[in-house]
Amino acid sequence: MSISVDEVKKIAHLARLRLDEQEAQGYADSLSRILGLIEQMNAVDTTGVSPMAHPLDMHLRLREDAPTETDQRQKFQKAAPATEAGLYLVPRVIE
Amino acid sequence: MYRKTVAELASALATKAVSSTELTQLYLDRIDSHQGLNAFITVDRDNALASAKAADARLAKGKGDVLTGVPMAHKDIFCTDGVLTTCGSRMLSEFVAPYSATVVEKLNDAGMIMLGKTNMDEFAMGSSNETSFFGAAKNPWDTSLVPGGSSGGSAAAVAARLAPMATGTDTGGSIRQPAALCGITGLKPSYGRVSRFGMIAFASSLDQAGPMTQTAEDAALVLNAMAGFDTRDSTSAEEAVPDFGGRLEHDIKGLRIGLPTEFFGEGLSTDVEKAVQAALEEYKKLGAELVEISLPNSSLAIPCYYVLAPAEASSNLSRYDGVRYGYRAGEYTDLVEMYERTRAEGFGAEVKRRIMIGTYALSAGYYDAYYLKAQQLRRLIAEDFKSAFEKCDVIMGPTAPSTAFALGDKSEDPVAMYLNDIYTISVNLAGLPGMSIPAGFGDGGRPIGLQLIGQYFDEARLLQVAHRYQQVTDWHRQLPGEVA
Repeated sequence: MSISVDEVKKIAHLARLRLDEQEAQGYADSLSRILGLIEQMNAVDTTGVSPMAHPLDMHLRLREDAPTETDQRQKFQKAAPATEAGLYLVPRVIE
Repeated sequence: MYRKTVAELASALATKAVSSTELTQLYLDRIDSHQGLNAFITVDRDNALASAKAADARLAKGKGDVLTGVPMAHKDIFCTDGVLTTCGSRMLSEFVAPYSATVVEKLNDAGMIMLGKTNMDEFAMGSSNETSFFGAAKNPWDTSLVPGGSSGGSAAAVAARLAPMATGTDTGGSIRQPAALCGITGLKPSYGRVSRFGMIAFASSLDQAGPMTQTAEDAALVLNAMAGFDTRDSTSAEEAVPDFGGRLEHDIKGLRIGLPTEFFGEGLSTDVEKAVQAALEEYKKLGAELVEISLPNSSLAIPCYYVLAPAEASSNLSRYDGVRYGYRAGEYTDLVEMYERTRAEGFGAEVKRRIMIGTYALSAGYYDAYYLKAQQLRRLIAEDFKSAFEKCDVIMGPTAPSTAFALGDKSEDPVAMYLNDIYTISVNLAGLPGMSIPAGFGDGGRPIGLQLIGQYFDEARLLQVAHRYQQVTDWHRQLPGEVA
């Protein structure tokens, strides 16, 4: 199965990745080859097989609903590209 | 001294034949004089020397533990509080982690000295180290060759004895394949055995951390310190942690070794097959019995993996948006453009490729054909192992289909690169423990790895089986020429 340049652009937008024409063409080629590899899966009939999401049969644990974290906002915000007054800054979204 | 194993260094420290400060300085000097290998992204000289001094003080008071004062290196995927943590990506090229991974805390608590952070494929996506934003690490056996990946920097560092051990992570073979290509010992524990807290996520249902060492004995010592239940990792296994080295000295008479016919067919290099067969002969001499088994769906492990791992990655890597941490593009006019440019500039080509595969597989209309189908195959692959283990105690075969290849050889062809992990990926899909140990040299003197696969949470048995082989062979003690 092959994937078109337009489909690549659509996927890239869904994944919030900006591509130029040349890159989109390159990804159309390599993604098509990878999909060719992936489609070998169709060689096996899996009707009725229950999907396996996880290697271990485990349940999510419950814990007491009690605060465990301390306020480390300043420390965490040191790694942010832009902050002001304890807030993360992004381009204006509401005019 | 730098040729010594973790166990030997630990006993030299205990008997005061050497101090931790001396050892730490020795390895820091070796890292400096082997910069051409590009094995490290960050060298944490000052912290290492300060920790060594503190370790020496504890040792002087007789308060040291087994690993107190032994130097080591972390793969740059583990968050280290106050130290650069890049995951091999431009996206995190200036990210100083605000907390430490559980693995980092545990090895620190055990008294080990972190020398620095090792090079890796970007976000652990690669089998050659060539996707690293910081350039590829080189194979110490021949610097024109790849060290394997994604834990290539850790493998190169241990092979060149720039550190006596290093941590790695393995999502589809990223500990075992570079261990094989660099001639060292690498253990991927059972899924859930080692905490994933603070380990930067690639594919959360597959990722697992483990030790990369010279010997199985060392791997047991370090795993003792790394493993255990952690409330901060929701998929951490609530399993008892044994002494992983407890069975090392037991013999393996009567051990049933399963050989999957699928692992010895087309695509396997002659030199690798010869070395693996010779290792199996050695096991027969040790009293083991060889049993033919079949893993009929193993040929579909790669297609299955290249749906599931990218699907999980596309979700995990959506957090890199240029808002809370990491790289942000310089120019944009609105929020969506900021996201798109940040991610376009911050991620390398292979990471973008995998994000797009995952996004496609999970998108409306394709979910059943790709994601659901892959999850069903994953069940069949796991059940193949279950049936196989009714006939044998461990499974053996090659770790990788060939020895190390030249830098640049496969970097333009993703499908050729993916096939490197043909024997390792099914182990991650099932969640089983797997190991690679040195088993000789192929054409051009390139190292070859023997893969061992065990039952869930039976790492102690794998380590025992590996150790018995290392007692009668010396492949694991050989060093690359230019290193000595």
